[in-house]
Amino acid sequence: MAKVGVCIEMDRGEVKRANLGVLAAARGDGDNEVYALVSGRCEDRAKALLSEHGARKIVEISTEKGDLAASPDLEARVLGEAVKRYGFDLVLGLSSARGKDLLARIAALMNIPLTLDCIGLDIRERMVVKSHFSGKALARIKLPAGGCAACGIRPNAIEPAPAPVETEVETFRSSADDPGRMAVKEIRQGAGGEIDLTEADIVVAGGRGVGGAEGFRMLEACAEALRGAVGASRAAVDAGWAPHSMQVGQTGKTVSPRLYIACGISGSVQHFAGMKTAKAIVAINTDKDAPIFGKCDYGLQADLFEVVPALTEKLKSRLPG
Amino acid sequence: MQIYVCVKHVPDTAATIRVIGGTGFDESVKFVMNPYDEYAVEQALRVRQQQGTGEVVVVSVGKPAAMSAIRSALAVGADRGILVKTDRQFLDSAVTSQALAKVIRQDGAPDLIFTGKQSVDTEGMQTHFRLAAALDLPVATDVAAFTMTDGKVVVEREIGGGTRESIEMTLPCVVGATRGLNEPRYPKLSDIMKARKKQVREMDLEELGVQPAPSGAPELVALEAAPERGEARMLLGTPREMAEQLLEHLRNEAKVL
Repeated sequence: MAKVGVCIEMDRGEVKRANLGVLAAARGDGDNEVYALVSGRCEDRAKALLSEHGARKIVEISTEKGDLAASPDLEARVLGEAVKRYGFDLVLGLSSARGKDLLARIAALMNIPLTLDCIGLDIRERMVVKSHFSGKALARIKLPAGGCAACGIRPNAIEPAPAPVETEVETFRSSADDPGRMAVKEIRQGAGGEIDLTEADIVVAGGRGVGGAEGFRMLEACAEALRGAVGASRAAVDAGWAPHSMQVGQTGKTVSPRLYIACGISGSVQHFAGMKTAKAIVAINTDKDAPIFGKCDYGLQADLFEVVPALTEKLKSRLPG
Repeated sequence: MQIYVCVKHVPDTAATIRVIGGTGFDESVKFVMNPYDEYAVEQALRVRQQQGTGEVVVVSVGKPAAMSAIRSALAVGADRGILVKTDRQFLDSAVTSQALAKVIRQDGAPDLIFTGKQSVDTEGMQTHFRLAAALDLPVATDVAAFTMTDGKVVVEREIGGGTRESIEMTLPCVVGATRGLNEPRYPKLSDIMKARKKQVREMDLEELGVQPAPSGAPELVALEAAPERGEARMLLGTPREMAEQLLEHLRNEAKVL
């Protein structure tokens, strides 16, 4: 049995869905003791969800030394203190933009091993699987026995598995000081839609074949019908049709959705690096020799301007609302 | 301004990676400066230019061949380099950061340290955090915008869904660069020639008193080629028919809808 602390990433008071896979990873084969660490107050809905997914304890992390959301330095110190106090064997979190940042700060501060972007985890063996060379290879890494280690799990890489338990809630009050060297000044919501690309269950992505910013509107409509997010290839971003925040691939985001629909994307190795762990990949391309057809699940050699609207229409007619 | 830029020598992103001997790979492929480090180098040069004075020192921990990554930074305008040599391509981030911290501290007093947000080979994403911790400096990563005024730095980083967070840090600090930060310049041929005359200090990792493989570090036990998908199952018919079939397959066969 291992004692595992999971840093829960909240979004406006709600537990982000992607955390549930991390909780499943934390439980392992069932007998691990799972602590959900929440910065600040944990609302009832969040508590219920964490409890449903096997968190035996919820630890509300608090401090009077400053605003945790405004100081990454302070948050890491406070969590580091909690990790030490509880004596976790393992600290887990999401390998999202925020999660990577937080885990790296904690690991650096505590000088403990850290592996980010893990797609597999065996807590009993202390073995993790993560990508190397942007997904061209997989590395199996053995974490040292004894002492604490930290792992960030790629969003959606591990399936959530509900396992309701009785949950106790407690508060951890930290006395750690903020070194006062950095502060979050502003958070500006992006135009990227409600669903975060890296955590989306479904991604509709466009490449050179989309032909312009207009074409991306069409993909947005399709993504909306699928309740997914829109991504772009580097070619489309370089052409200025989509912002860099939407880029999927080696110099962009790594995504692991249930379904990835590549529209007008030829499928470079760099692009595959960012999406190859999707459960199902669909390619729509007019070029029958496009490399993407060689490495995906379903291929449609067709004009995306005909297929995508047809798809959107059929989805809308079947989905209520 | 004393600016340090940490760079890594890595296989080109277009290279095919062939796994050899369980934990190694065919290193005869083309190597380049880690793509994210190019943004780090460029930003360092821009800061030096803005300040009108200062020195940009490029530091790399790597195999002797990593000299070429240093040379390419010198070719675009960095002033001098330091290469800490080891015989391993895969070095634990804790080891690399320890070496970087020691060599930078030995060399001078940094005002700013730039790195890439991650290397594209081992994708550890943490060396700059450990470096910052070792030097007791603030750090930010995924930095896509950078401004400096009155001894303070403001960086912007993307935190998902296109949402941007701006963070103010005091100097000195460590900045992990990502794509979008700037447009790296290309070297001129004459500068490439001149770069060969610039000074690069070389030393071995052990000379710094750093163990390449300390006990208690995570151990790479296997490197495997990632499983590839096979050829696509091509759907036939008119676009409408294809759309119909696709939804059918996604629902009933792949079960992803």
